[in-house]
Amino acid sequence: MGLDFTVVPDYFGMLLLGMGWTVAITISAGLLSFFGGILFAVIALYGHWALRLPFRAFAFLFMGTPLLLQLFLIYFGLIQIGIDLPAFVAGVIGLGLHFAVYNSELIQASILAVDKGQYEGARTLGLSRGQTLRRIVIPQAVRAVIPPMGNNMIALLKDSALVSVIGVAELTLAAQQAISRTYRPFEFYLAAAFCYYIINLALEAGLRRLERRIAASR
Amino acid sequence: MTDQAFVTIKNAAKSFGALQVLKDINLTVERGQIVAIIGPSGSGKSTLLRAINELDPLTSGEVWLEGVQVNKTLPHRQYEAHVNQVRQDIGMVFQHFNLFPHLTVRGNITLAPRMLKGLSEDEANKLAEEQLAKVGLAEKIDEYPSRLSGGQKQRVAIARALAMKPKVMLFDEATSALDPELVEEVNLVMKQLAEEHMTMIIVTHEMDFAASVCDRVLFMDQGVVVEEGPPSVIFENPQEERTRNFLRKHLSR
Repeated sequence: MGLDFTVVPDYFGMLLLGMGWTVAITISAGLLSFFGGILFAVIALYGHWALRLPFRAFAFLFMGTPLLLQLFLIYFGLIQIGIDLPAFVAGVIGLGLHFAVYNSELIQASILAVDKGQYEGARTLGLSRGQTLRRIVIPQAVRAVIPPMGNNMIALLKDSALVSVIGVAELTLAAQQAISRTYRPFEFYLAAAFCYYIINLALEAGLRRLERRIAASR
Repeated sequence: MTDQAFVTIKNAAKSFGALQVLKDINLTVERGQIVAIIGPSGSGKSTLLRAINELDPLTSGEVWLEGVQVNKTLPHRQYEAHVNQVRQDIGMVFQHFNLFPHLTVRGNITLAPRMLKGLSEDEANKLAEEQLAKVGLAEKIDEYPSRLSGGQKQRVAIARALAMKPKVMLFDEATSALDPELVEEVNLVMKQLAEEHMTMIIVTHEMDFAASVCDRVLFMDQGVVVEEGPPSVIFENPQEERTRNFLRKHLSR
């Protein structure tokens, strides 16, 4: 049986919808991982030990175990203790927290690398520790990690395929559904791969624009 | 306890572990006075300057500004609030400028007045324009610091400090990091402040500048004030051997 790509256009709408969900998950989880990463970095560096120690355990859990397992735990596991999350929400939380922990590592290192003179400049004007952190240190630390954090976002986009297993109708699951009707895995997986590639190009273009925009302010 | 003088430092001492960097220093500065602190590196002159605004708190001794003790002993939270308050009255200019690279010149100048003094955006913008005009950089208001020369950066840093309307300005080797041809533009701004009778304490390596601008010169070595007096005496007729040695090395360059 030869390859026949003519069936793909028939499922164009289905794939497009899947792409939409993939983009929605990536953006939602990306934002969660960005702001969560900043929050986790601040907790890890400046938090009270009663907050810091549980956080370390939590970070270890997220970095040391498979993302797939984490998604199962959040989606299927939490139901047992009465937390019944929609699949999309569970997927965003799982992906978002997972990458927040990775982003937090980057931001922590970047906060520590901010020049001591920046603290002195701000404190001398009368800014408090908190104000200095919020207005001077964190904005600079975040700007400095935009490029490596961008790599995490691309990894997040690719790993978003994992949420298909908890039933979110994103691109990979859409392709599987098309395959189950047409029995044409090669064509549809390849079509899905192409769609991921398109999203990736857009994401990278966006990141490059962002990097250019912040170049002067570093 | 209040003092007549504007800035008073009493029995100031500071140690880093076993190393004593300041030993029983006393200094009074009157309103409008300009005092230069000179001395070899490691003499404690920057540490003394940084003690005035609690960047490097003293181990013992007192710092007063206009009847308010800067280095009060207070419980942690109250101490923080107190220090944040008094620092608004003490402008500081650093060797390496310490401008905020993620903010434009305007942002650098308006940040603290807006956050701490509650200025509206319009008021803060007007203030930034005034202060920049004063240092001759009105046209740079929307540039980022990375686009400025060293001399321009330092002038913006001075404008940023002045925007808080400080009672005293501290200069910590403000021209040491600059290329020689950029020193003069910063010196000019400092001279202009002197003409406006801003109270200033200046740590410097530039003897010519100290001699031409300052009312009084302190020579420090190994954590003590070896000699102090008007520039005419310190530079032309120093009484102490250590002062003479230092000046010989410095003026022959």
